[in-house]
Amino acid sequence: MNKPIRRVAIACLLLFAILLVNDNVVQYANAKTLRDKPGNTRLLFQQYDRKRGDIVTATGVTIASSVPTNDTLKYLRTYANGPLFAPVTGFYSIIYGGSQVESADNSILAGTDDRLFGVQQLSNLITGRTPEGGNVVLTIDPVLQQVAYTALAGRKGAVVAVDPSTGAILAMVTSPSYDPNVLSSHNQASITQDWEKLIADPTNPMLDRALSQTYPPGSTFKLITAAAALSTGQYTPTTVIPAPTTLPLPQSTSVLHNFAGESCGGQATLIQALTISCNTAFGQLGLTIGQTALQAQADAFGFDSTYSVPMKSAQSVFPTDLSDANTIQSAIGQYDVRATPLQMAMVAAAIANGGVEMKPYLVDELVGPDLRIIDQTKPTELRRAVSTQVAADLTQMMESVVQHGTGTSAQIKGVTVAGKTGTAQNAVGAAPHAWFVAFAPAVQPTIAIAVLVENGGGNNDATGGAVAAPIAKAVIQAELKKQP
Amino acid sequence: MLVFAVIIALAAYADVGLTRSQHVPPDILTYGLGLGALVLLAHIAIRRFAAYADPLLLPCAALLNGLGLVLIHRLDLVAPKAARSDATLQLAWSAIGVVGFIAVLVIVRDHRRLQRFTYTSMLLGLILLAIPSVLPARFSEVNGARNWIRFAGFSIQPGEFAKVLLVIFVAGFLVAKRDALALAGRRFAGIDLPRGRDLGPVVLAWLVSVALLVRGRDLGMSMLFFGFFILMLYIATERLSWLLIGTLLFAGGTYVAYHLFGHVRERFEIWLHPFAHAQGSGYQLVQALYGFATGGLMGTGLGNGRPDLVPFANSDFIMATVGEELGLTGLMAILLVYVVIVSRGLRASLSVRDSFGKLLAAGLSVCLAVQVFVVVGGVMRLIPLTGITTPFLSYGGSSLVSNWILLALLVRISDAGRRPAPAPPPRPDDAMTQVIPL
Repeated sequence: MNKPIRRVAIACLLLFAILLVNDNVVQYANAKTLRDKPGNTRLLFQQYDRKRGDIVTATGVTIASSVPTNDTLKYLRTYANGPLFAPVTGFYSIIYGGSQVESADNSILAGTDDRLFGVQQLSNLITGRTPEGGNVVLTIDPVLQQVAYTALAGRKGAVVAVDPSTGAILAMVTSPSYDPNVLSSHNQASITQDWEKLIADPTNPMLDRALSQTYPPGSTFKLITAAAALSTGQYTPTTVIPAPTTLPLPQSTSVLHNFAGESCGGQATLIQALTISCNTAFGQLGLTIGQTALQAQADAFGFDSTYSVPMKSAQSVFPTDLSDANTIQSAIGQYDVRATPLQMAMVAAAIANGGVEMKPYLVDELVGPDLRIIDQTKPTELRRAVSTQVAADLTQMMESVVQHGTGTSAQIKGVTVAGKTGTAQNAVGAAPHAWFVAFAPAVQPTIAIAVLVENGGGNNDATGGAVAAPIAKAVIQAELKKQP
Repeated sequence: MLVFAVIIALAAYADVGLTRSQHVPPDILTYGLGLGALVLLAHIAIRRFAAYADPLLLPCAALLNGLGLVLIHRLDLVAPKAARSDATLQLAWSAIGVVGFIAVLVIVRDHRRLQRFTYTSMLLGLILLAIPSVLPARFSEVNGARNWIRFAGFSIQPGEFAKVLLVIFVAGFLVAKRDALALAGRRFAGIDLPRGRDLGPVVLAWLVSVALLVRGRDLGMSMLFFGFFILMLYIATERLSWLLIGTLLFAGGTYVAYHLFGHVRERFEIWLHPFAHAQGSGYQLVQALYGFATGGLMGTGLGNGRPDLVPFANSDFIMATVGEELGLTGLMAILLVYVVIVSRGLRASLSVRDSFGKLLAAGLSVCLAVQVFVVVGGVMRLIPLTGITTPFLSYGGSSLVSNWILLALLVRISDAGRRPAPAPPPRPDDAMTQVIPL
């Protein structure tokens, strides 16, 4: 009987060997993947044991901080003016993890980042004291943020404002918003309840409309079509192009109208066509220069790629393999063209910055708990979107839009504003999205902005301007007011 | 060895106190004396009643029991219902377990006497197993599994005791029937197939385990019973065909159960896709996995982790606590302690002279090995999760007492195996044939 017993003994040892190997797999090989699972609250619990760093605005206002508590989780994350900054800070929850900057710069805030390692950390390691997290200083100007949020007045939409010369994001608002404080509470039942409520809310308050949502850009895309045309070298702002009342769409029985069936006078200069936002003129122009040129120009502005600010934006899209009819529609920002508000702000910023697109960023500095600056963002060029000459031509055309075109409601006394309206059809029967992209002052601009109001427009392109332009105007005014 | 075991457990206890409240717990002396006295008593019992027993078995069990107490105490500290001390209760159960251990050593002076109770223990074992299924759910159901007897605030898991009884039965039964099982039958495709009627007991064992699975929803016990039964059958008959038949039957049974019963399917579903159910049915397993991952190589240190995030951390999932706070290193060390116990048990099985003792020792050791495999494998998502206890470590009186009894039997058999053969009686002739000095 001893032979089988020996065999069974080997089998038993084998069972244990399997357990040991499996243990190594779970606790060593797969440990990192498991630890980084988004639902792993254990890491969060660990993080609650140390003071999480603050999130601070460009002007030094603390908008997210950790305050000591008396319960099992030692610190409570609190947000000053939560709904206003929620699209930037995001939330920090024991159950649902984190979002936005709370998630993107988690390692710094939590104090686990290797860059934080210094003398202080070394002594912490020896004394066993829990290290504190580092602080994140944003580029956000709380005044602009507040103005934009107030101007949106609870309507569904987004505002993104950037400094064109650096790429620093000055305001990033989405509306309606939510209060991240309810998700960072330590009461699991109430967190779940509030979360469910937010998820069920038809207005989708947790949706980051500025960064992670794409919309048809409508007539604001005409800037790109114009840029593509100017870049060919065969057009100038004064080139006369056909601008018929209707434009038949090839291979179909439909025709392209102008808004409210208006006529554009049969033909117009490029600058006139943009000023009155003539659909047929830009549809025809797009068809003439071709989808390849449109695609190249859109990509040069950042379409079909993503930004990380450090949160990753959704990808704005210019469709491929277009029929002639679809090229016409795409040239005026309809059909399958999609853009994030951030993308349209970057289009304005690139034109404002003489054709050079700067890399947009939201985090200015990372500061250690000992107030040592760990990392400071240096403005970097992302790419050249258009030549200096084309940028100047586009600026001139955009000034015209605000001076005597569809964007007159963005006029500011004493300052030249350059802008472009958009009224983008999105669904049958739904009101179009109202857009306005702008920068100011026209010479040496300090702010570029994109405003989107979901379903905010009427049946006239000027109504898009009427709804979105005043919001941009308010933010620009607030920015210009702080100039010395 | 014993002293080391106690010291390790005490050091761990002090460590928990130091981490949780920055001082050595004041009751460390009581705890130390309690554990020390228990193992000392067990040790004396071995010296007195089984002097030749394997010297490693008791220290290993004492170490596991002691560490189990520390871990349970550590979890008590963060339990929401702080009023009850599971560790104190467990210490009481340890005492009862050691009493059971000593009692077995005292009463069972020769393991071969157990062979007489082959069918008695079968009956008892089956009755114990059947009780929870017959009882109304109110008395037998805990967390969805009907494998308990509950009355007057007490709860017993009869399966744990039935485990030992059934090993005794199977050993006795196989000793009687092994020739028939081993020799009769036809040879087919290179494998000796048993006779149809000899399949009876296998089918019975299979039925028992399937019944456990279906009636009691006790997947773990089911695997355990079937596992040791098949392996013992193989040892008795030395025929691989039994292993083959057993595996096929078990696989078939599992397949049918999977398709017929929702709770079996759910177990598999959680096993395959735990993260899809992270907030629901898979919560426990997912949390345990996170715990393991957090522990990493060296663990967080006793008292520093959050093992309380895992439901039932002190019973079925105590290994998750070990993994998190003692790390890969600690968990492997504890697994190796089990390896020592199991291999020592199998060595006893090899060295003992009678077939019954061989089968009994092998069966008990295999039982332990399979139980550890099933629960640790389940907790680490190697196999579907089943709710059984980790021997000696887990919180739970039934498990602790039955495992101490199991250990006593192994000690008894190892004693028999290592006892020097009795000196041949002096031959009376010798004196007669002496050369008569002249």
